[in-house]
Amino acid sequence: MENPETASVLAKVEDVYRLESRRILATLIRLLGDFDLAEEALHEAFRAAVEQWPQDGVPGNPRAWLVSAGRFKAIDGIRRRARFDENAEAMARFYEDQGGAQGDAPGDSSGEAGEPSGTGEEGLEDDRLRLIFTCCHPALAPDAQIALTMREVCGLTTEEIARAFLTEGPTVAQRIVRAKAKIREARIPYEVPGPEQRPERLAAVLRVLYLVFNEGYSASSGDAVARPDLSGEAIRLGRLLVELLPEPEAKGLLALMLLHESRRAARASESGELILLEHQDRSLWNRDLIRAGSALVEEALLSRRFGPYTLQAAISAVHAEAAAPEATDWAQIAGLYDVLLKADPSPIVELNRAVAVAMRDGPEAGLRLIDGLLVKEGAEEKLNEYHLAHSARADLLRRLQRNSEAAAAYRRALELTQQEPERRFLEKRLSELDASP
Amino acid sequence: MKYLCLAYGDEKKYAAMSKAELEEMGVKCKSHDEELHQGGHLALIASLAPTRSATTLRPLNGKTVLYDGPYAETKEQVGGFFILEARDLNEAIQAASKHPAARIGEKMGCAVEIRPIEFFEATGAIRA
Repeated sequence: MENPETASVLAKVEDVYRLESRRILATLIRLLGDFDLAEEALHEAFRAAVEQWPQDGVPGNPRAWLVSAGRFKAIDGIRRRARFDENAEAMARFYEDQGGAQGDAPGDSSGEAGEPSGTGEEGLEDDRLRLIFTCCHPALAPDAQIALTMREVCGLTTEEIARAFLTEGPTVAQRIVRAKAKIREARIPYEVPGPEQRPERLAAVLRVLYLVFNEGYSASSGDAVARPDLSGEAIRLGRLLVELLPEPEAKGLLALMLLHESRRAARASESGELILLEHQDRSLWNRDLIRAGSALVEEALLSRRFGPYTLQAAISAVHAEAAAPEATDWAQIAGLYDVLLKADPSPIVELNRAVAVAMRDGPEAGLRLIDGLLVKEGAEEKLNEYHLAHSARADLLRRLQRNSEAAAAYRRALELTQQEPERRFLEKRLSELDASP
Repeated sequence: MKYLCLAYGDEKKYAAMSKAELEEMGVKCKSHDEELHQGGHLALIASLAPTRSATTLRPLNGKTVLYDGPYAETKEQVGGFFILEARDLNEAIQAASKHPAARIGEKMGCAVEIRPIEFFEATGAIRA
């Protein structure tokens, strides 16, 4: 029978699992050099904790104890297999040497649970960064980067990942297995890239984070309740990244995510209709998130080494600062779009810039820009096929009271949109136009 | 660890280039090529005759049958290869990215594919 003390120790094991298992895994991957071996070792370590902590007491540094236990169990496992395979004994010795002095492992029952000494405590923070950079290695397929990051860094199960991305569990599992095999066979190193490669590699990490965030933020399909909170995971990961590697663009992306998140309660009606920024109830915006986001934007801007994420966050922060839509500082927003267009040119940015210019200089100026963009030749992503270009154009025509042209543009946008809430919004606008003389 | 790098390109587009264009590309390639050699990871490098000179051997009904032409009938074909000696994939990527096919020739469909080598044997028969 479990006594209350045992129950509290077991609750402690659960706490440690929830808070520390990913960090422990990150270190075990470094020590054992293999994802699967490390995962097995992680589970063995927690099994040992469940058996030993109720008797020996909770160690002073549970994480270090678990790393040590996991490593010990892995080496032990290899050694047991060694009787059938002479390579395995060499492998076991290799792993033993890698970890340095072993300290008192959970295997020796020398009374109280001791503190291991040879697990490289100083490298532990780096291990989490190593794990993030390895999961987001550009030699892995983008889908695999996301799945692997969600699985290994965030600790989501493959089923949870599948539900979050509206795909099948076996598909996700397959992606993860293939990615791990590539890491092993092509020898993708478990390391934080050096200064020369870091900007490019960090960009890959940030891209994964933002994709995960957007998947959670714009999730309009599927059972929302059953889908894990991807935006929350992306923000948690963003915070961890900023803590471990306080690069301006990492701050910029975290700021952008926080600022988007601040509007979550205001961006859709109870029936799920999309509410445009200008029509949102600003009292629903989360002030704490806005403050945190704006502060990060400022830090990133001051560094003068910022990039597209910081600029997008800065634009979002200007919107957040306006108490009412009329109070929006459109001059500043248009100026930020000018900079963004230079840093990261794309038809979408051009379109957004045109909308900001329309707000600053009037609808005619915006319309001229959009019309210019729509006839632009050779652009790979054709703005002409993009529903938001036509709905933005329709909106400007409506404001100029060129109603029949506006209606035609709304109809074109309707033809192109794939999203149901967007469709309802456009239909509403169209019927309003038809009703007016 | 050894990596085999396969340099790809569109042969038809190469064939369509003028003499002046080829010369210009040759000049551009040279500096990249030197960088590749100076990196200290290049173990071996070769460029290949066009695939019109390729012969493909296939087993068929217990015999080996000869075919004229390359194994895969695709636009982009292997035009050269090199072997890198590198600590890991990151080092290999850095070294291979110096090869001209990874730098220039975007319009030629150029590309470099990096493949980890699982088994490697060099015999005495090789002549430089």
